[in-house]
Amino acid sequence: MSVNMDNMVKVFERPRSLTDAQFSYCPGCHHGLVTRIIAHTIDELGIQDRAVIVASVGCSVTMYEWFRCDGIQAAHGRACAVATGIKRVNSNLIVFTYQGDGDLAAIGTAESIHAANRGENITVIFINNQIYGMTGGQMAPTTLLGQRATSCPDGRNAQLAGYPIRFAEVIAQLDAPVYVTRQALYDQKRIMAASRAIKKAFQCQIDGKGYSLVEILTNCPTNWRMSPVESNSYVMNQVVGTFPLGDLVDRG
Amino acid sequence: MTGNEAMAEAAICAGCRAYFGYPITPQNEILEYMATRMPGVGGAFIQAESEVAAINMCYGASAAGVRTMTSSSSPGISLKMEGISYLAGADLPCVIINVARGGPGLGNISPAQGDYFQATKGGGHGDYRMIVLGPATIAEAIEMVMLAFDLADKYRVPVMILSDGMLGQMMEPITLPEPVDPASLPGKPWALTGARGRHPNVVTSYAIDPGDLSQINTKRQSRYHQIEEKEVRYRETETSDATIVIVAYGTVARIARTAVRMARSQGIKLGMMQPITLWPFPYAPLRTLSSRVNTILTVEMSAGQMIEDVRLAVADRAETPFYGEVGGLVTTPKDILREVKRNVS
Ligand SMILES: Cc1ncc(C[n+]2csc(CCOP(=O)(O)OP(=O)(O)O)c2C)c(N)n1
Ligand code: SF4
Ligand SMILES: [Mg+2]
Repeated sequence: MSVNMDNMVKVFERPRSLTDAQFSYCPGCHHGLVTRIIAHTIDELGIQDRAVIVASVGCSVTMYEWFRCDGIQAAHGRACAVATGIKRVNSNLIVFTYQGDGDLAAIGTAESIHAANRGENITVIFINNQIYGMTGGQMAPTTLLGQRATSCPDGRNAQLAGYPIRFAEVIAQLDAPVYVTRQALYDQKRIMAASRAIKKAFQCQIDGKGYSLVEILTNCPTNWRMSPVESNSYVMNQVVGTFPLGDLVDRG
Repeated sequence: MTGNEAMAEAAICAGCRAYFGYPITPQNEILEYMATRMPGVGGAFIQAESEVAAINMCYGASAAGVRTMTSSSSPGISLKMEGISYLAGADLPCVIINVARGGPGLGNISPAQGDYFQATKGGGHGDYRMIVLGPATIAEAIEMVMLAFDLADKYRVPVMILSDGMLGQMMEPITLPEPVDPASLPGKPWALTGARGRHPNVVTSYAIDPGDLSQINTKRQSRYHQIEEKEVRYRETETSDATIVIVAYGTVARIARTAVRMARSQGIKLGMMQPITLWPFPYAPLRTLSSRVNTILTVEMSAGQMIEDVRLAVADRAETPFYGEVGGLVTTPKDILREVKRNVS
């Protein structure tokens, strides 16, 4: 059978703002999905030549290698301070951070809260996979009660390790943020909603409105020791119970 | 103007358009001066939530191509060390002022020189170097802040001004330099300005492959060697006929100048060598000097840190006694003269 490409309509393609380099994420990991959604958003908004990626330390550490955008690698937890420095000296740039839960909600707590509290005109993408992926599956500040990790082998115990921190809610307490939302990716509907949220967060920045945070409940099939399909069910049935989905602040 | 305000104004003159800091005595006047001055020149100013945040804001602003500065005092400089290592690892220029105080720990707010090791021998992690300048007077501090920005840009390295609470708080009449127009400075093609019509620029210190990191580090080391060859600065006073020479930097050098005058009036052939670049340290000039004199007396407001570099340079060509005050006590010309006399036989 011969196929005439001229008559075909392209319904799916690699976002133009991505390079040809392969992601280093594990198969079935939501990191890859979010990274792709961001690239697609950058295409849609036409900001490839203004976007600056602030990569953090975690499984997404080399994020800047996959985009045809300027990028910078921030020290563990410091991404929001780095983004602040860039945006304050060049407001024409569209600056976003991409941070894990260890990065944003543990070691970077101060930088994350204060950038939000100053209302920095940046976009923060927060990957909540309830685990330290890159270092091999230790407990994160977001690990669920009872959820196992290598540093809480019997499951997280509130007496020893406190409770999973709901960071979007923390940020939502502040007066400055314009858009704070929590999203997930366990089915097609959720993926579409998360995509819209990410686009809206970038749009807030483009319009000069101020700080936005998109927390995304993601999986870590490798360290959860689950198949990607099982991990999707786990997010839907367990994780969402601790981290309710939806917009927390919308002043956009 | 206080030394702190003079250093802040010198930074503005040098074209610094981004300053991030956190309050700590005795450097608060730099932060406060920048808070009023920066908006007027269209620059960025933030009182950050910590010294860690401040140095990382510098990392971002510098990566975006702007002349950037932060300042603090000893405990805050300890917090900046992570960021300084990242600046060095990402080849970013930045100026850091340490208005040093007594330590370790919270110590006190008196002037001290206990941060020499931290400034010149690493402080942060990894194989890096930082240019360190030690001003003795406000006029020198102004000159060195201007120089610091030029060196930082030229070599793409962090540069530290290692001053102390004495210099920061004192007042002196000064003349300010001709201001530099930031737009007239050489371009930074590596800066993050948006990938428009060019390949993306990336600022990172990360190289997972040891071969890659080795190559990057080796290249950086060759820049360090260039700095060691070209940028050593020092000042010699009354050394031509001296039999004994004081080595001192910063505030101690200022005090020792008076000691030299006093000694000379008493017929003692005392000279002084003041290292201006603490890194690169003036090993070669000191080596040359050491073969002409009997004694090289190192004076510091510490238990003895620079003395290690002095002894490295001098080896056994001359006697190398040490005199130091610790804990934020400031030495006097009389104390120094007493030590000199003890060492001239
Ligand atoms: C100062 C510092 N401490 C610790 C580390 C080690 N480290 C690297 S990634 C990481 C945790 C990453 O977890 P998270 O932010 O949740 O990202 P994920 O890998 O799960 O996406 C840690 C602790 C580091 N690089 N720097
Ligand atoms: S370790 Fe976990 S979070 Fe990291 S890439 Fe693999 S699956 Fe994703
Ligand atoms: Mg994580």
